[in-house]
Amino acid sequence: MIDFLSMLLIIIGVAFFAAGSIGLLRLPDLYTRLHALTKADNLGLGMIVIGLALLSGSLVMAVKLILVWILVLAGGAASAHLIAQQALRRERA
Amino acid sequence: MLAYLWNLLDLVLASLVVALGWAAVASTDLRRGVVLFIAFGLLLAIIWARLNAPDLALAEAAIGAGLSGALLLAALRDEPATVDDIAYKQGPVSWATGLLSLVVGGAFAWALLHAHSAADPMRLADQVSTHLEQSGVSNPVTAVLLNYRAYDTLLELAVLLAAVLGIIAVGQARPAYRPAGPLFGALVGWLVPLLIVTGGYLLWVGAHAPGGAFQAGALLAGAAVMLRLGGNPGAGLPSAVTQRWLLVSGVGVFIAVGLIVTVDGHAFLQYPHNGSGMLILLIESAATLAIATTLALAYIGGTAPVGQDVAPGEEFKNQGLSD
Repeated sequence: MIDFLSMLLIIIGVAFFAAGSIGLLRLPDLYTRLHALTKADNLGLGMIVIGLALLSGSLVMAVKLILVWILVLAGGAASAHLIAQQALRRERA
Repeated sequence: MLAYLWNLLDLVLASLVVALGWAAVASTDLRRGVVLFIAFGLLLAIIWARLNAPDLALAEAAIGAGLSGALLLAALRDEPATVDDIAYKQGPVSWATGLLSLVVGGAFAWALLHAHSAADPMRLADQVSTHLEQSGVSNPVTAVLLNYRAYDTLLELAVLLAAVLGIIAVGQARPAYRPAGPLFGALVGWLVPLLIVTGGYLLWVGAHAPGGAFQAGALLAGAAVMLRLGGNPGAGLPSAVTQRWLLVSGVGVFIAVGLIVTVDGHAFLQYPHNGSGMLILLIESAATLAIATTLALAYIGGTAPVGQDVAPGEEFKNQGLSD
């Protein structure tokens, strides 16, 4: 049951990453690309992390994985905003 | 089936790393080249992890991708906006570099091929694991770096010291960055303490698990880079005199320990059996601080300006802040 659930979560996560990558390649401008990319990073990685945490079977490992996710969340959100801010500033200049 | 999938993954990694390396070198846009180089370093870290070499993976991610990337980006910032790319791409120097890389790469490939096929009963890895108990640490990589081949590591630290002396002698500190906005400021505010704690952890854990002075020092230097990007011109470094003490502490403590053990009748850098763990920790602690200061100063490009108050919002990119 847990195997099935974690497999499902990981597959959903991979789907998010695939969608994000397609968005990065296909979307027309920087802002929409950033949008696609951050969704993939945040949700996709979250799904994969929860799936792996279930698979790992140890609480310490699960906490470590979730900490990794939180770090990526903060770093990804901040850097996406910084890139967008910089692009906006350049557009206005 | 599973082995087949792993092979497929290895094939993808191997071809990606070659493609990324090529793209980074062949890029006519320097900024794009640098970003590709950072991606190349991260991929290389994944490959080291896949090869069961977590120490190397950590070092590559922290130094190869992270700090080298930051150094290259900082150098790009000083470059004029229009760089004559053609001058980089053609000419005898780049041909000679290419030829040299080819020769060195060929030699490495040849050596690797022979190392794999040679039926050598005296593998060094076996030697390391049989004598691991005497080394004072249980992480074989640290045992090699700080005990069996301590000379190599001492000289590596000396190379770093020589490099940073050159930077201080020639370089003027690069212009500082304007103070960060609330978003980046907040990121710096909680990431820097986290980096310092993680650096301390890596230093301590290096005795029995992947980690050690180089990774720990790179993380501390990463914290300094964050601080500087956030508008702190001195990157959180102490006063200029203390900086110099920190710079020489790595080589200094190493040599001092090496000499002190000779009083006891041991050879230079031959640690006594019961105290080797402590001595290694002492050397690594000093080395961590020295490496961190060295890398931070390399990023700043000269002696860090300390104690300059910067009014919020003040743009001082072109003032040429030096000391």
